[in-house]
Formats: sequence, C-alpha cells, structure tokens
Amino acid sequence: MMTRRDLFRIGGKMLVLASVGATLEEITGAAPASEAYKMADHWWGMLIDIDKCIGCGNCVRACSKENNVPNGYFRTWVERYEVPEEGQPKVESPDGAMNGFPLPAPANVKSFFVPKLCNHCADSPCVQVCPVGATFLSPDGVVLVDQTYCLGCRYCVQACPYGCRFLNPETNTADKCTLCYHRITQGLTTACCENCPTGARQLVDFKNPKDPIHEFLRHNKVQVLKPYMATEPKVKYHDLDGAVR
Amino acid sequence: MMIPGVDGFMYPNEVELQWSVLIVLYPYITGLVAGAFILASLERVFKVEAVRPTYRLALLTALAFLLVAPLPLQLHLGHPERSIEMYLTPHRSSAMAMFGFVYLWYLTVVLLVEIWLEFRPDIVRMAQTAKGWTRLVYKVLTLGSMNVSPAARAIDEKVGYFVTVVGVPSAFLLHGYVGFIFGSVKANPWWSSPLMPVVFLFSAMVSGIAAVLVLYVAAMKVRKTPVDMRCVDTIAKYLFYMFMIDFSLEMLDLVHRIYESDESFRSLDFMVHTRLWFSQVILQICLGTLLPLALLAITQLWRVAEGKRRLMYVVASCLTLVGIFAMRWNVVIGGQLFSKSFLGYTSYKMGFATREGLLPAIALMLLPFLIFWVLVKLLPPWLKRETA
Amino acid sequence: MRRFLQDWAHLLLPAGVLIAGLGVFLVIRAAVVPKSFGEYGHYRGAALEMIRQKPVSYAGQDMCVMCHDDQAKVKAAGKHATVHCEACHGPLAKHAEDPAANVPKLPDVAVLCKRCHEQDPAKPSWFPQVVTAEHSGGMKCTECHQPHSPHIATEADAGSGRGK
Repeated sequence: MMTRRDLFRIGGKMLVLASVGATLEEITGAAPASEAYKMADHWWGMLIDIDKCIGCGNCVRACSKENNVPNGYFRTWVERYEVPEEGQPKVESPDGAMNGFPLPAPANVKSFFVPKLCNHCADSPCVQVCPVGATFLSPDGVVLVDQTYCLGCRYCVQACPYGCRFLNPETNTADKCTLCYHRITQGLTTACCENCPTGARQLVDFKNPKDPIHEFLRHNKVQVLKPYMATEPKVKYHDLDGAVR
Repeated sequence: MMIPGVDGFMYPNEVELQWSVLIVLYPYITGLVAGAFILASLERVFKVEAVRPTYRLALLTALAFLLVAPLPLQLHLGHPERSIEMYLTPHRSSAMAMFGFVYLWYLTVVLLVEIWLEFRPDIVRMAQTAKGWTRLVYKVLTLGSMNVSPAARAIDEKVGYFVTVVGVPSAFLLHGYVGFIFGSVKANPWWSSPLMPVVFLFSAMVSGIAAVLVLYVAAMKVRKTPVDMRCVDTIAKYLFYMFMIDFSLEMLDLVHRIYESDESFRSLDFMVHTRLWFSQVILQICLGTLLPLALLAITQLWRVAEGKRRLMYVVASCLTLVGIFAMRWNVVIGGQLFSKSFLGYTSYKMGFATREGLLPAIALMLLPFLIFWVLVKLLPPWLKRETA
Repeated sequence: MRRFLQDWAHLLLPAGVLIAGLGVFLVIRAAVVPKSFGEYGHYRGAALEMIRQKPVSYAGQDMCVMCHDDQAKVKAAGKHATVHCEACHGPLAKHAEDPAANVPKLPDVAVLCKRCHEQDPAKPSWFPQVVTAEHSGGMKCTECHQPHSPHIATEADAGSGRGK
C-alpha cells in the first residue's frame, strides 16, 4: 500500500523529467501523459445532460478553485429556467450558482437547470474577431486565450453569443473556460466534470473512437445552444428545452 | 440575490459593460475626421468653389481630431503597451485589426501629405520671415525645400489632387469600417446590420460638416471677419442633403426591425422605450435629428434673412453634433444594456475620475480643440484676399 | 528635364520618409514577433504549452483510488458510485503529492448533503431529494446514512423510498 502510494507520488514528479519518465512507463505500462499527448489525435467537447443536472453548483465551485476565477466572474455557471406554458421564461443564476440555488423553484411550473460554459465552437466568432491572434482554436479543438498576448480590447467578449467571456480584472485580459486544458492534456477530466456528482457533464473526445459519446449520439437527440448562430458548438446538450437561450 | 442595476436575467458575465464612454468617443471622433475631410474634398475633387473658405479649415479640423482618435481606444485597452501587436500580427479575419493600418494610411499618406502640399507656400514664407525658434519649426516643416516656383506648385497641385482622390475613398473606408466593427457582430442584434457601415458613414459626414460649419462661423466671430454667406449656405445645403440620407437610412433600419420582429425585437423594443428613451428618442431623434432637419428645411424652402439664417445654421449644426453623439452612445452603450438571452437588462455606471470615466472622456473631447488651436496658430488657414 | 526633376525634388524627402518608415516597421516586425507565432495558426504556438503548465488542484478519481481503494470499493457498490471523491472532499492534488503534509479536513455534512439533496422541483424527478428540515429533524445526515454508501436497507424504504 505505502509503496504504491509513494510510487505514484514520485511518478507525478517524473512527468517533468523525460529520462525518468521512461522508467515510469516501464513500471505503469503507460507513457507519461504530457509526453504522449498528440494534439492531432483529439477533438475536445462536452456532453451536458439536462436530465441529470441537479443544480448543486459543484461544477461552478470546482472551476473557480481549479482555475482561480476571480469573484463575480464565471468560466462556467448554472441557470435555472422556469418555463410557463405561455409567456417569457424566468431565469435565475444567483452568483452563477456558486452556492447552488438556495430557494426551490415553484412546483406548478416546468423548471430545470442548464449548466453553461464556453461552447468551444469549431467556428468561433471570438477567435474571428480577435485583432492580434491572442485567442485561438487549438489543434485539438479548444478555444484558448494567450494571457501574455491579449490586448484587453474586449471585442471577443462582445462577439460571444453565449456570454462566456469576461475581462479578468487581475490580468486585464480576456478570460474564459479553457476546458481545463492543463488537465485534459494529461489524461484527467475537467474540474467541472470531475466534480459533477451525477455525471451531467461529460468531457468528450470526438476523435477518440472508444469515447462513449459516439454510442450516445447514435441513440439520443442532442442540441447545441443558439444553433442559428452557426458557430458549431462542441458542447452538446441532451434534453435541452426550446426556451433556453 | 438581486443585482443592483439589473432587471430580469443577464448571463452573469454580461452585467458589467465592456465598452465604455471612451468607445463612444471613438466612432464620434473618427466620424468628425471623415466628415471634415469629405467636406474639404468637395472643393478639391468635386469643384464646389463656394466652400473654398473652409477648405483649409476643414483639413486642419480633420487632422486635429484624427490625432486624438486612437487615444480613447488606447486608454480603454487592458494592456495599452501591447497595442503594437495590432501592427505586428494583425489577424486578417478581425474587423478591428485593420484599424491601425487604415488609421496610419489615412494620417500619413492622405492627411499629412495633403496638408503639407496645401500649406507649403506659407511654410516656406514663414521659414524665411519668422524669427527665433518658430523659424526653426517652419524650417523643419519645409522638409528641406524652399522651392515654391510656379512649376513646383503645379506639380503640388497635381499630386494634391491625386491624394484627395485617394483620400475620399480612404475617408469612406475609415468610417465605413468603424461601422463594420459593430455591424459585423452577429451575436448582437442591436449592432448586426449590413446598414451599419452606411449609416455610420453618412452620420460621419453629417457630423463632420456640422463641426466645420460651427468652427468656421466661430473662427470668423473671433477674428471679427464677416462670414462668407455663399460658403455657409452651400455647406448648410450639403448638411441638409446628407442628413436626409442619414435619417432615411436610420428610419429604414428601424422600419425593417419593427416589420421583421425577430426574436430580439421584444427585448430591444422594451429597451428603447425604457433605458434608451431619453438618449435615443428624445436626444437623438427629436432634438438631434428632427429639429435640426426642420431648421435646415426652413432655410432651404423659404427666404430667411441673413442674420437669422446664420443663427439657424449654427443652432442646427450644434444640435446635429449632439444628436450624432447620442447616436454613437445609443449604438455602443445601447448594444450592451440588454442580455443576449433577451431576458434582461443591465445599466451603465459611468465612473468620473476613473480611467474610462467621464473626466478622461471630457479631456479627450477638448483635446482636439486645443490641437486645432495650435494648428491654426502654426498654419493660419485664412485666405489672404490679396493673395488668393 | 533637369528643371523638371528640380521641381519634383521637394517631394522626394517626404516620400523617402514614408518609405523609410515602412522599412523600419518591417525590420521591427521581423525582430519582435514571437518565434512560435504561426506555428499552428494565427497565434503564439508556445501559448499552448504555457497553458498546459498550469498546476492542477483536483487530483482526479483515479489518483484517489490508487491509495484509497477500500473506500472506493464501498462507494462503487453504493448509490454514490457516480460521485467522485473530490466532489465532496474538495481539491486534493496537494494531498496526493504529499499525503503526510496535506491532510484533508472532513467536509461539513450539514452544508454538503443539502446542496444536492434539498428538495427543488427543478431537479430531475429520479433524483433523491428531501426537505431536510422535515426529513431529519435536526439530526446530522451521517447519523443514519453512511456517506460512501448512503442507502439504508431496512423494511421502511420499500414503502416510501425516503431512505435512498
């Protein structure tokens, strides 16, 4: 028991050292993630199952802790929709659901939760409008911001149809969900998926033939947010209601 | 749970406005540049002789405002020191990336060259007659040539004409392009419209013409020189025509939106009737458009005594300038007050002595006038009756 | 011809200044643009590696199971099978790195359980939820439920399903 524990602890440090990494490979039978990772082999996205979301806000808190998101800004958040038979829906997201939803929804109206995050659009308007190339779609399908190159002009914030971007007041640059790029490129799942208690969020690799997403898409109807924007989001929603914007 | 200033639902990152009053100034100031330059080119390219007295004044006005145009943008950036990246690695698919190039092209190749060519005889004369350090300034401005022979001037005239011919589409580009920055944002229904560049262009001409008219009349007042009524009448006529086109385009946009009533309509309509009621309906449409148009229409339709006419022009022009500013405000700020979920509204809290507050905005709006004053001192644009 | 050239001469300097300016710009551009710019597209290729270097806070379920497989087995067999360890215990990458120096605190049950299981009509109907104030009568959830396997197999749950 102790030896395995220790071995793994050392293994984490070995990732940095290529030569020692080879030893690790022999022991565990797997190449160290950061060495083996090939961008061309991945195309990341997410599957969100509305019928599994319980609005606990675990994803919001986890994202905030994992990525040091400043207070009052959100890389991910959860909305609660109350959709009456007629008229406008009522939507809430108290502090982005950082503490869940303290008050229950009324029982006589259809209601549900909608987790939101950057859609990592394949045809992203935020990337299109960045004047300097500080935000981009990575070869493995993640929309990222280069914090050392961003001007802070905020054109991308205006261009995002989903309200997923903000100006980080600490760095004075555009900020947004990275799909936990630092995690998924070393074989971990995102902080939000890791912490979702019901599996409402699933990290998806569309290029991995063994990913369960392919089986899921064959049998289920899915939708993306604002499909008419033609941004080709890679965050797919199962059981999404037509009222959701 | 209620967020102050927010009604209904905003996406949590939408509560705070991204583009402040400084971004309102940017299209306003570039609009004045483009408009003033196009007025100047009326004389040069389109041979409208009557506006000759304002030709040089319009050029200096354009330069004064053009020098200030990038400052609000610079001040607004999260990392002003990185703005050079716009020149180093401009992203071709970005509507904003070209601003630096369009700006530099317009400043150096068009405006500075044209002004230098136009003022060369004056510069050379001053370089010979002025005393002390001013002599040195003019010496530098001659760029090493005292040749103002008729043959050299004939060449200047030809090159100047060519530069103006290039300059008119450049001025169109400069401002039509500013409109495109907004008009091409498909995520924002308040902005997204193919009419946006055209509306921006015509409103630019309207504001630039009005600004030159006011500056001209004011300068004549200061210099205690009689106003050339033929000139002012002509400018006012152009102002009226341009304004009619501008207003028609804006109404076309409005009618189109109302008739189509797409998913954003209910939300935008509510916004115009509440948060934008004063700045859009009262200030922009009633006081800033209909009233000056009515004043100008009266001068076009009926004979009005000279003094009264002049006063009406000036009042109409001032109202126009306020109206066009309100238009920029409603586009830039209005476009950020509603949620892209169409379910709520936020409000704009303008700071005062903050980096993007009211104080720097006022300072940036006064700066062009200071530059204009310096330019006029340096290069007097007044026509000498004996030499003209 | 000479006379003609002379009359053009004054334009040469401004033209020269403009062209020289353009030249200086191109030289600066070549020198200043980051080396990795354009490696994969119109952006700094090195940014990808930079973003990957960020340390993780959540070690991930697989890491936890490496050592705590006894608890993991219990959890996997029960109702909380889909709930990963750090979803309740918090970010523990530091603990995984050095277990002795970073000992995790047990979560506050009073806050924790309610976040998921407090009744809300917006929650999917299949999800076990209770009005906590009525359900436990002020008792701590852990008095009856074992958090790693919360289901209480008694004859009572056959009727109401409250004990899920």
